[in-house]
Amino acid sequence: MTLRAPRDPGAPVSLSKNGDRSPVARDDAPYLELAGIRKTFGRFEALKGVSLDAARGELMVFLGPSGCGKTTLLRIVAGLESQDEGRIVQGGRDVSTVPAIGRDYGIVFQSYALFPNLTVADNVAYGLVNRRTSRETIRSRIAELLKLVGLPDAGPKYPGQLSGGQQQRIALARAIATSPGLLLLDEPLSALDALERVRLRGEIRALQQRLGVTTIMVTHDQEEALSMADRVVVMNAGRIEQVGTPREVYEKPATPFVADFVGKINVLPAVAEGSGRFRVGSVSLALDHRQDIAAGTEVKLYLRPEEIGVHVNGHAAAGALAAKVAKVEFLGAFCMVGIALDAAGTPSLVANVPRQQVDAGRLEPGTAVRVSLPAGAMRVLS
Amino acid sequence: MHWHDRLAQGLLFACCAALALFLIGPLLMIFVKSVQDKDGVYVGLVHFREYFATPELQQSIRNTLFVATVVTMVTVPLAFTFAYALTRSCMPGKGTFRVIALTPILAPSLMAAISFIQWFGTQGLLKGLLAGASVYGAIGIILSSIYATFPHALMIVLTSLLLADGRLYEAAEALRTPMLRRFFTITLPGAKYGLVSATMVVFSYTVSDFGIPKVIGGNYNVLAVDIFKQVIGQQNFNKGAVVSLVLLAPVLLAFIVDWFMRRRLQAQFSSRAVPYVPRRSPGFDRAMLVFCSAVSVFMLAVLGMAVYTSFIKLWPYDLSFSLRHYVYGLIDAGVIVDYFNSLKMAFYTALFGTLFIFAMAYLLEKTRGMATLKAAVRLVVTIPMAVPGLVLGLGYIFFFNHPDNPLNGIYGTMAILVLSTVVHYYTSSHMTAVTALKALDDEFESVSASLKVPFYRTFFRVTLPVSLPAVLDIGRYLFVNGMVTISAVVFLYAPDTRPASVAILNMDEAGEIGAAAGMATLIVASSTAVCVLYAIVTRYLLRRTQAWRAAPRP
Repeated sequence: MTLRAPRDPGAPVSLSKNGDRSPVARDDAPYLELAGIRKTFGRFEALKGVSLDAARGELMVFLGPSGCGKTTLLRIVAGLESQDEGRIVQGGRDVSTVPAIGRDYGIVFQSYALFPNLTVADNVAYGLVNRRTSRETIRSRIAELLKLVGLPDAGPKYPGQLSGGQQQRIALARAIATSPGLLLLDEPLSALDALERVRLRGEIRALQQRLGVTTIMVTHDQEEALSMADRVVVMNAGRIEQVGTPREVYEKPATPFVADFVGKINVLPAVAEGSGRFRVGSVSLALDHRQDIAAGTEVKLYLRPEEIGVHVNGHAAAGALAAKVAKVEFLGAFCMVGIALDAAGTPSLVANVPRQQVDAGRLEPGTAVRVSLPAGAMRVLS
Repeated sequence: MHWHDRLAQGLLFACCAALALFLIGPLLMIFVKSVQDKDGVYVGLVHFREYFATPELQQSIRNTLFVATVVTMVTVPLAFTFAYALTRSCMPGKGTFRVIALTPILAPSLMAAISFIQWFGTQGLLKGLLAGASVYGAIGIILSSIYATFPHALMIVLTSLLLADGRLYEAAEALRTPMLRRFFTITLPGAKYGLVSATMVVFSYTVSDFGIPKVIGGNYNVLAVDIFKQVIGQQNFNKGAVVSLVLLAPVLLAFIVDWFMRRRLQAQFSSRAVPYVPRRSPGFDRAMLVFCSAVSVFMLAVLGMAVYTSFIKLWPYDLSFSLRHYVYGLIDAGVIVDYFNSLKMAFYTALFGTLFIFAMAYLLEKTRGMATLKAAVRLVVTIPMAVPGLVLGLGYIFFFNHPDNPLNGIYGTMAILVLSTVVHYYTSSHMTAVTALKALDDEFESVSASLKVPFYRTFFRVTLPVSLPAVLDIGRYLFVNGMVTISAVVFLYAPDTRPASVAILNMDEAGEIGAAAGMATLIVASSTAVCVLYAIVTRYLLRRTQAWRAAPRP
């Protein structure tokens, strides 16, 4: 038995020049199709009609605050929860009413859920033993899997003897042991400490790409979602807010919720003045790409802190606005600089400024600066 | 639906049917019989009216409540102080004190009554202490009941004190909170549920117990003995049903209070609590040592007297050592058979009871679907706690002795004794099983399903081995209670299945105190042996199957 090759070798993971991961080239038919999934618990509507497709081999992340329905949706995909309405098609087979045991997937939980009384090797072999595989094959498969997750010597140990990160690697090995067509990860990193979390997320991503297994991961951690996903599904209150690549949801949030939930963002209440001009407080900004909004409409402008240019000396770009530093918060490589746009001190912006620039410009509360707000990076959402 | 799910549901249905048959059915029959006459004709509340018009029976109610109230008011503070000493002091010998305080559980409640008769009865050694009052009556019942209920209260209070979070005490100390204020603001609120629960258990136990007042009650009538008299003495089953319902009322009330308290207090303890570690305090430690020694002397005096009585010729005239009570009183008289009946019954109760109770708890907690049915079952399994053994036993007579019941073949067999005992002690065992199962990761079953491993395989490979300590604990609990139980089985035994506890009752009535004490001693010895065996087996099994618990961490 060998490790599963990607099911579609003709569709390798492509990396574009700037390092952006674009989604895996798709088959015509998606591997997993969810259509109109609804679920209520008593009076609480957990999922209000969710439809979604996942391509073969892609890593899709469900991202959202707690209670948004992301875990419920994952459990419905797994058959651990049954939907009130809706259809699930996996690999061309309608599994809407198939119980968990009849579906084809491996799953990893936040709590690891390793069997405490079985050794690591027995845990990994748990799903293999049942399939009447020969003992020798099983043994070599265990060794192969343990090596794959970087714990080749853990076999005879008990889960209780391993650290959290190691236990989660074993849980992962157990989940992929039977070469499932779908891998489900339910907040797999949430119980780990910060360092281990970052290390393991890289490992999981690499493993997933190597195996080419279609994967769905649930998380409430946006950094985790952005760093691992081919596509992010941002969910809120039982609905999907946006589906897109990490860059899409970060750079072009479709809704105020997405803008706010994914990354830090400045929100500027503004009024359209027509012909692409918007008034923020006493300042008028030109956003040429939004000529379509009628004068007088109240809108909100969204701008990431790192898009804002902060200049101390005269050589600021054209169109920069006079402002004052209100606050400087040291964050390591960057400083978060609070900026008051006009004399009255409103509205405030937050800009990310590299530490060296803060030092060079002697930025401190009260420093007069000029800020440039790049129109191209600004999103208008109402 | 997958056939695995069907199998799980089928098993759950089967278990529910068994509960309905052996718990709900008999209890309902009591209600039915209480409004019928001898010939099964509906007569409405006639029996109740008659009952409440009889002054002696009214007196029984007052007596019962009086005795139960006094016992509760004495036992709970005693048990609390004892538990407090075990958890909050640094006195020596804690382990020994704990074992001594729990010994009454190993003996039938009758034994305490016999012992107190020996101490304080007409020929008692300490008769003078009672200043002319007779031990036969309220005094004897109260003393014996305190002895019998003490360990039950102690275990509950001890658990609640052990759950206390040490960090709360550290915080209080950092805030310079005086000791007394710490006691009233941290210790007592933390133990509140335990205290209420212990109060209810002691009260219910005293109200329901029938052995003690039967032996030492004299002419002091209580409800439990009334039922026995109506049923066995006068063969008036319908009146017995009425008294049963009257007896059920206060116990049910206690149970409901307990249930509501439990619901309110559920979320009080966080699982991350740090255990409290007591520090030395010479004066306090010494006071606690004196108190615990006094209680232990009391416990040992009761147990010791019963054992002693069984090994001497004739109290108090001939105190020479003799085995005559065992040889003539038990073996030659053929009563020893009853002891073997009890052993057999306790063994079957432990075996089948543990199997059923754990399986039921597993199906309830770890399988999916049928939420409504499960909620109903969770409620139903708490009922046995609220049903006195006598009431259950009477229900069994009504239900299984009914000619139309296809199961009436089990009437008079060992099976009905085992069944009634399992049901009688169901609730505590169920709680133990549920606690153990809840400690397991909820996702084990999900993981198994994703790996296409059937649930029963995971049950046998993971759930059962990991829960083995709890399973053995349930087995021991059922065995010990099977050895000492009397109230439910007193209505249900046949001549060839008569259990030892009933034999004690009969020998006591016949004046054969020595033989009765001998039988009680045999029961204590057997229960002790099983507990020791349990300790050894547990240790051995833990080493073999629970290696993961002891495995060193990195």
